[in-house]
Parts: sequence; C-alpha cells; structure tokens
Amino acid sequence: MSETPEPLLSVEGLEKHFPITKGLIKRQVGAVKAVDGLTFDVRKGETLGLVGESGCGKTTTGRLITRLLEPTGGTVRFEGHDITHMSQGALRPLRRDMQMIFQDPYSSLNPRHTVGAIVGAPFRIQGVKTEQGTKKAVQEILELVGLNPEHYNRYPHEFSGGQRQRIGIARTLALKPKLIIADEPVSALDVSIQAQVVNLLEDLQNELDLTYVVIAHDLSVVRHISDRVAVMYLGKIVEIADRKGLYERPMHPYTTALLSAVPIPDVKARGGRDRIRLQGDVPSPLNPPPACRFHTRCWKAQEVCKTVEPPLVALAPGHQVACHFPENAPAPADAAPEAAVPAAPGAATE
Amino acid sequence: MSFLELEDLRIHFPTDDGLVKSVDGLSFSLERGKTLGIVGESGSGKSVTSLGILGLHKGGRARISGEIRLDGDELVSAGPEHVRALRGKKMAMIFQDPLSAMHPYYTVGAQIIEAYRIHNPVSKAVARKHAIDMLGRVGIPQPDRRVDSYPHEFSGGMRQRAMIAMALSCDPELLIADEPTTALDVTVQAQILDLMRDLQQEFNSALIIITHDLGVVAELSDDILVMYGGKCIEYGTAEDIFERPEHPYTWGLLGSMPRLDREPTERLMPIKGTPPSLINVPSGCAFHPRCAFEGRTGGKAKTAVPELLETEGGHLVRCHMAGEERRAIWENEIKPNLESV
Repeated sequence: MSETPEPLLSVEGLEKHFPITKGLIKRQVGAVKAVDGLTFDVRKGETLGLVGESGCGKTTTGRLITRLLEPTGGTVRFEGHDITHMSQGALRPLRRDMQMIFQDPYSSLNPRHTVGAIVGAPFRIQGVKTEQGTKKAVQEILELVGLNPEHYNRYPHEFSGGQRQRIGIARTLALKPKLIIADEPVSALDVSIQAQVVNLLEDLQNELDLTYVVIAHDLSVVRHISDRVAVMYLGKIVEIADRKGLYERPMHPYTTALLSAVPIPDVKARGGRDRIRLQGDVPSPLNPPPACRFHTRCWKAQEVCKTVEPPLVALAPGHQVACHFPENAPAPADAAPEAAVPAAPGAATE
Repeated sequence: MSFLELEDLRIHFPTDDGLVKSVDGLSFSLERGKTLGIVGESGSGKSVTSLGILGLHKGGRARISGEIRLDGDELVSAGPEHVRALRGKKMAMIFQDPLSAMHPYYTVGAQIIEAYRIHNPVSKAVARKHAIDMLGRVGIPQPDRRVDSYPHEFSGGMRQRAMIAMALSCDPELLIADEPTTALDVTVQAQILDLMRDLQQEFNSALIIITHDLGVVAELSDDILVMYGGKCIEYGTAEDIFERPEHPYTWGLLGSMPRLDREPTERLMPIKGTPPSLINVPSGCAFHPRCAFEGRTGGKAKTAVPELLETEGGHLVRCHMAGEERRAIWENEIKPNLESV
C-alpha cells in the first residue's frame, strides 16, 4: 500500500459496449458505447456524486460497479478484489458489502411481498442468522429508516412514495453494507419528501460509516450530499473534483454550462445571471462525435477538439479535467498556454 | 375585469372510496402578457385545475362548480361544443410528456396541421406552410424536413419544442404549461424556458406554468400560487413568495431544496410527514399535521379552516397565525437557517 489508504472501490478503464446486432445470425453491426473508459476511486466513508444528462451512462456505471451488468472492458476492484468478471456465485458473499438503492420506489419492490419479507430477504439469501431472529432485526432497521416497525406485515401499496423509498433503503441496509450505490434515490419523490430522504441518507452515513456512490441528474442534490463529484458526458468522465472545486471553479465547459442551466429560485437574480445556452441535444451514444465528445455543443471548440481526444488530467490537486481549453485553470498552466483561446465573445453567453 | 378569472372553482370526483376534492375553492385572476406559476406537490390539485380551465373534465364524472371566465366568457356553465371551439384557438396546453401527448402514428406536421385547420379555414398547403413556420420559430432545425418526421424520431427536447409549436399554432391568448420541462435534461430545460419566455413576449399571451420546481417558477413567473390539498394557501408576486413567504408550507418547500446559489446548508429542513390524501383531507387547516407551528394557533388549526386573507399589497395567505407573528417567524427562525453561512 502507498501513502494513501487503499480505496474501497477502484474503477479503471471501465467500458460497457452494448452490441447492436442485425439479421438472422445476429451479426454485430455496431455498439452503443454506454460507458467508455471510466477511471475513478471511491474512498472509504466518502460520497461520490455521479452527474450527467440522460444517456450519459451514469446508470450503466452504477450497474457495472454492482455487477448487475458485465463490463466489456476495464476493471472494477472492491476492497482489492477484482470483481470485473467474477461469477455470480463468487460475487454473492461480496453482495453483503455492496448494495444498491433504486430510483423507482414503485417498481423496485415486489408488490406481493410484505415489508418484512422484502427487508428480510437479504438475511434469507445470505443465510445470515441474527441473535434476536430475523424479524427483530428487520424491525430494528425499519425503525432506523424512520418507518413504524409494526408495519412489518404490510404490503408496499399501503405506503406512500417516500415511505417506499425508505423500505428500499431499509433493504439495502439490512446487512450493513460498506458501499451503497444509489441510483437517482430521490428523483421520483416530491420536494418535501426528497429532503427527508436526503437527510436520512446523510444520517445513516454518519451512523453506520457508509460509503456512497450517488447517481443523479439534479446538480443541487448532488452538491448537497457529495464530497466529490464526477461529471459524465456520453460515457466518459469529463471532470472529477471535490465538491467545492467543481461547483466554485468548474473547469470543463460542459460543467460550466450544466451549472448555469440550473434554474435558481431567486427572483432577484432573474435575468442577471450569465447563462450559457448549449445548443441542441446530447448526441446519440450510438455514434458519438470523435475526439472530444462535447465539441459539437461546445462554444470553445477548436480544430484540435475534433481530432485529438483530451485526456483526463489533474490541473489542480484532486481536480481532473478532460478538456483542451479548460476554464478557471490555475495560472501556471503546464499545457500550452498560448493555445488557450478565450471564449468567443457573445457566442454563447449573454 | 381580468383576462382570466377563476372564482371559487371546485372540481370534485366521486369515487368508491369517497369524494375526492381535487380543487376546493380556488380563485385567481390573470392578465394578458403575465405569467402565473402554480406550485404544489403531487396531489395538490394543480394539474386538475389546468385541465378544468380547458374544460377537459366536462362530460366525465367530475362535479364542477364555481366560475371560470376567459375574456368575459363563462366556461363552467358553457356547453362542451362552445369550450371545444375555444380550446386550441383561444387557450392551449403544453403537456408534461410530449411522447404520450402526441399521436405516434401521425407525423408531427400532420398533427400541427390538423390543429390549425380545425380553427382556420385554410387549405392543407397553407396549413403545412404554417406548421413549418411554427416549427422553425420554436427552434427546430430544418423544419421543412422535420415536419414529416414522426414523434419518435425527435429527441425529448425537440418533441417538447414541437408540442409548443402545436400549442402556439393558433396563436392562443391563454397558454397552460403543465410541468413543461420535468421530463427534460437541465441544459434542454434551460433552452425550453428561454423559448417560452421569448414566445410569450412575442405573442403577449397569458401563461400559466404548473410545476413542483421552485427554480422554474422563479425564472418565469410574475405571480405565484402555492397549492396544498386542493386549496390555494399562499398567493403573491414572485418577490412575495421568495423574499417574504408567510405560509409554513412555503417555508417548508424553500427549506427542502438544496440550492446552487448559496453556500451548502448543513442539513435540509424538510416538511415532516407526507402530502395528504384528497379523500381524507385533514380537518381544519389541511397542513396542520405537518406544520411545525401548529401549536401556535391555539388549537384552531385542527378545527377551523383558515381563510385566505390579504396580508399586504395583494399577498394572500391561508394561515391561522397572525400576520406579525408569521413575519417574525420568517425573519427570525426560518430565513437565517436558509441562508446558513
């Protein structure tokens, strides 16, 4: 081990290409590069936020880490074990330590199972015996997530959306995992309920020393709960930094644009903000633009962006960016400073 | 007289489980060229209100009472044919999910042409030209080609633009947008919000925007109406609602939202409990089981429904607490927590 402790989760060059087949013999004619070379670490006890627009591969990433999908390239290491191509049988003991919270509290709970059966399932599957018996253990967890333990025998339809999400969280926590992947844990919930669940996730993290990877599209929620944030665009990480660095000094134009697109509930600021309007939509991952994938929508794009893919490099401590012309870059720029052309005035800001 | 006036609108649905009072005594007015934001959580009655204005509950099981006056024309008692003639022409709607609001078997152009020709006696060729023109106006590239595309060939943002083009094709004076950007990504959402703002100025229409996202409302609205349990609980200008809100529910909504424009707060301040079922609306003030200040009403909150009263300059609040008390709570207890340093 080096000077820093080994990360809980370490992802290197992770790839998932979904094949597109055609014809009778299912000849592969192409691939959707949903995730195309991700490298990041998650340290114990921290929360990594994964943000991006729809189709950027954030959900696929979550499913690759938990091995609900098999990666087509790269490695995933969990506590030093290479789990990239581990068989489902071999993975099973590890699943105790690695759990997932799903987005939709309606479809992720079996409507024919009682809450007790749902939250107790991990004990049954993993063959875990508790001193007080499973029922007692389940009731304790229900209490921990703010549900009434007497509701043990109720069915999911008897609960509201927020309560169902708590049931999902209770199931996730049943075996006291080390890592929790939360895929859009609050986006299906009402505003007031979102805040309850966000607070709950934070409390549980402090109480149980959990590590989170939170996948979300809502930049405000991600800023609220994350220690570090990775921004994804078309299957790649374009920027990864600690929260303060990313939100206060975003370096990638895409991050800047994302942040300026979020509507701010402040009437005084209305019209006063410099807003960057990105043109068009996210291109299809079926046929992503070459080199820098953002160049088709970027106002800083130059010829080089269309031909050379920018590597993800650290421009400040703990702040990695994949861009030829980063913004807010620290003054002693090691990469050709004369190449950094300022944004064309009036091109996109107003 | 205002352009649009609602007076004591009630939309109730009888069901096997009881009477669902989706909208229960709603009154507001709106002028041309102005934007009203209606905010509320799921089940607060905001969408039912919008469908009610368009007369889309007519002929169903809904029991509608009260008055809706559009340009002096009373719509609740009007016959379905009369409302139908107005719908699309005088008032139009942008729905949340353009994929399910558009017919998958017809091209986008055909759907706009149909809507236009129902209200305007023109030839197909003229209507088609108009459709292409509208698609171009909402920012769809190559509108002369895209007019023959099917909805599934459009991306989410493009589809929403096409919906807006369809809604605007007859130059409506009232436009209702029900969660117009909820299904969209933030960068696309920003495009659509800009587009709606520009088009509203161009057409000088009255716009009602219905959403749960306070950020979207703050960007667009002149006035804001906060709904809870089928009733308006606070109404005022955007400044009133964001700068000096007086209803505990509005405080709760503001406290529930993490905000990008401020230092991150340590903890969010959610509202406890869950939104009420509209079959069993709590007695008295519908918000009292979730209200942190219920104890300060001397038990009135449980028994009496508070009136929607003006506190100052058109700012209406439905709360038992006295105005000074509410303002003191906002200044001393709520606001400092929202702006933690």
